[in-house]
Amino acid sequence: MLEITRLNAFYGRAHILRDLALSVARGEVLVLLGRNGAGKSTTLKSIIGLVRPAPGSSIRFGEREIAGLAPHLIARLGIGYVPEERRIFTDLTVMENLEVGRRPAPDGREPWSPERLFALFPNLARMKDRPGGRMSGGEQQMLTIARTLMGNPSLLLLDEPSEGLAPVIVEQMAEAIAAVKQAGVTVLLSEQNLHFAARVADRAAIIEKGVIRWQGSLAALDSAPEIKAQYLSV
Amino acid sequence: MVARVDFLLVQFLTGLANASALFLIASGLTVIFGVTRVVNFAHGSFYMLGAYLSWTIVRALWDWGGREPWLFVLGILLAALAVGAIGALVEILLLRRIYRAPELFQLLATFGVVLIVQDITLALWGPEDLPLPRPRWLRAFIEVAGERFPLHDLILIFVGPAVLGLLWLLFQRTRFGILVRAATEDREMVAALGVDQRALFTGVFFLGSTLAGLGGAIVLPSQSANLQMDLAIIAEAFVVVVVGGMGSVPGAFLASLLIAEVQAFGIVLVPKATLVLVFLVMAAVLMVRPYGLLGRPQAHARAPAGSVSPVVRAAPVVLKVVGAAALALAAAAPLYAGPYGLTVLTELAVFILFAASLHLLMGPGGVVSFGHAAYFGLGAYGAALGVRFLAVPMEAGLVLAPLLAGLFGLVFGWFVVRLSGVYLAMLTLAFAQIVWAAAFQWVELTGGDNGILGVWPSPWARDKALFLWLALALCLGATLLLRRAIYAPFGYALRAARDSELRAEAIGLDAARLRLVAFVIAATSAGIAGGVYAYAKGSVFPTYISIPKSVDALLMVLLGGVQTVSGPIVGAIAFHGLFLTLLQWVEWWRAALGLAIVALVLAFPEGIAGFVQRRWEARFGATS
Repeated sequence: MLEITRLNAFYGRAHILRDLALSVARGEVLVLLGRNGAGKSTTLKSIIGLVRPAPGSSIRFGEREIAGLAPHLIARLGIGYVPEERRIFTDLTVMENLEVGRRPAPDGREPWSPERLFALFPNLARMKDRPGGRMSGGEQQMLTIARTLMGNPSLLLLDEPSEGLAPVIVEQMAEAIAAVKQAGVTVLLSEQNLHFAARVADRAAIIEKGVIRWQGSLAALDSAPEIKAQYLSV
Repeated sequence: MVARVDFLLVQFLTGLANASALFLIASGLTVIFGVTRVVNFAHGSFYMLGAYLSWTIVRALWDWGGREPWLFVLGILLAALAVGAIGALVEILLLRRIYRAPELFQLLATFGVVLIVQDITLALWGPEDLPLPRPRWLRAFIEVAGERFPLHDLILIFVGPAVLGLLWLLFQRTRFGILVRAATEDREMVAALGVDQRALFTGVFFLGSTLAGLGGAIVLPSQSANLQMDLAIIAEAFVVVVVGGMGSVPGAFLASLLIAEVQAFGIVLVPKATLVLVFLVMAAVLMVRPYGLLGRPQAHARAPAGSVSPVVRAAPVVLKVVGAAALALAAAAPLYAGPYGLTVLTELAVFILFAASLHLLMGPGGVVSFGHAAYFGLGAYGAALGVRFLAVPMEAGLVLAPLLAGLFGLVFGWFVVRLSGVYLAMLTLAFAQIVWAAAFQWVELTGGDNGILGVWPSPWARDKALFLWLALALCLGATLLLRRAIYAPFGYALRAARDSELRAEAIGLDAARLRLVAFVIAATSAGIAGGVYAYAKGSVFPTYISIPKSVDALLMVLLGGVQTVSGPIVGAIAFHGLFLTLLQWVEWWRAALGLAIVALVLAFPEGIAGFVQRRWEARFGATS
């Protein structure tokens, strides 16, 4: 579904992603693991177009080459992006935040509606008219995912969804990701929390210094402590 | 006593009526800024076009169907919509291409539009003021507590709140409005959610320009359309937007009430200082609430990836040789140039210092001053006032000039360095307008519009060649000192404070104090330039302090490039040369200058010297 054959990205003169290659299959949940600064967020931002891939990069989404397209065009092709910092519109209510994300569903799929999302995130249902700025971190995390789902993406990019959340909220988040997968959405998420990753993902890819170093199932990763020690332990 | 209360009531109602028009303009400006982050100078031009277009359209409708009130309303609405379409066109043709350029370049481009619109308006409607012939129903009065109050003003009082209500509905109840509010907070996120920003921005420009056009149209019956409307209103509109909080429509409403009432009562209490009063209110509000009444700290502008502000590099040897040669050529000018050439060179020396002084603030200081003409003008008036009231000789006048400018630089700078970003720029504009207003309105001191004449050099310097040498020595000497300051420890500390205030303070640098020192140095230097200019021209006028003069300085610095030391010099020469050429050869020089500005911004978003430097480095490698 998503085929990155070569991705280079820079911040100023700093070379962040180096010929990164990665592919995500339809229907799977792939987790991108790595330490701080390894390039996880930059990978996701390059896919949605918020970071402009360097010339020569190739990212194929379905049939389309999307490297270099404007973010709104990439989003319209069916890629939803959930930023690490959540970036809720603090002046807007929950319902209005959802409205910003709303886009028509591709043919044949049942579109995400506020009601359907409230079933997934019951907390949000109780605060429909609350401004985003007056919500807790966990509530904002739910809202930012719900807002992106309103665009009916077929691929969902989640940047560190469990970061800074209370354990009970992390649990809800894991259930939500399972439900999203159930609904037929492909998910690419970045994580530092290995337990959370093992809970939600089918497959893992490990990134270090802008290069994918290892790929495999979570079970394979679990039985490879040397890999974990080399790339993930702090 | 009763009469006095009645009078105050009428004055209050007049204030309310003026507040409505002001709100229409300011709300459009604030919405455009909120979403696109463009400080739109051309907004005043849209207001002016609204007045002119409604003058034409309403009269055409009246010729066709009689002087009916409903045709008047229809004409006003059509004019407003036409202005909205023009605004959308400007967005599509120009601004859309420069959203990624630095804020100041956008501002310059919109100022280019101001110049173009001025000449187009002049060409289409001529130089005379155009009053709308008013039928009887438009001249009606009503009795308010025994005083006569124009019906038209009474209607205006309700227009403001009505438009506020409509805007509220638009922003709360429609998808467009919700998207606009979301984009005001975080337009990048809005794009990541699949919203086409271009359509949104064009829509916002249409809305904002329509409001400005409507503002111009509804004041037509009481004011008449004239060519000075654009810059007169834009300063006021900026004040309202800044006082209300940039991007906040309710804030603009409150602020327009405040400012209009201050004006209405100011005219009674201090008729000589109404303009000063308005800007004092703004300065006071910003001191208490740095983000305006209902504004909030700007979400940190997310710099596009890859933008690192470069260091100011020393000029390569080649450039120093070229500079020295140019200086020698200028000094030898009396051998080959006529009087006109000598005058031009003298002015160039003045403008180089003027630009270099602003560059110290903008480049190494990171302080964008919108009102640098204030210090140029204070220098000029310092010299002129010395001549007028103390009859001091030129030598003393040239000491008074930087003293007065530096003193005001200290006072104004003390306030300015406490702010940042657009608010800072707007406060410098406000202070400049205070100085301008004093020069314009305080006739006893400054001669008002007529200026102060007879500011002649001492007998020994009356020869044009000698005066040129004096100007070169003073202005270029000061410019070299400014350059020296950039590479002194002070300059390094200043740049450290610009690049990271927190880290600079962590190593013991007092950022605000450094900026204040830079502000005083820049003001003093501009004062020298102003003083020399006063003696070169023999007279001073309020226009030395006007907004266009401040924009001239910005243009020179930005044309040259902020991050090169030679930038302001190149920029001053390029700008003044362009200006003189256009003035001499082109009838519609304003439009031509505006087009040139727009073209330069589109072609060189990093300035001429910055462009040359980049090409140079691409070819020969970095020089540092």
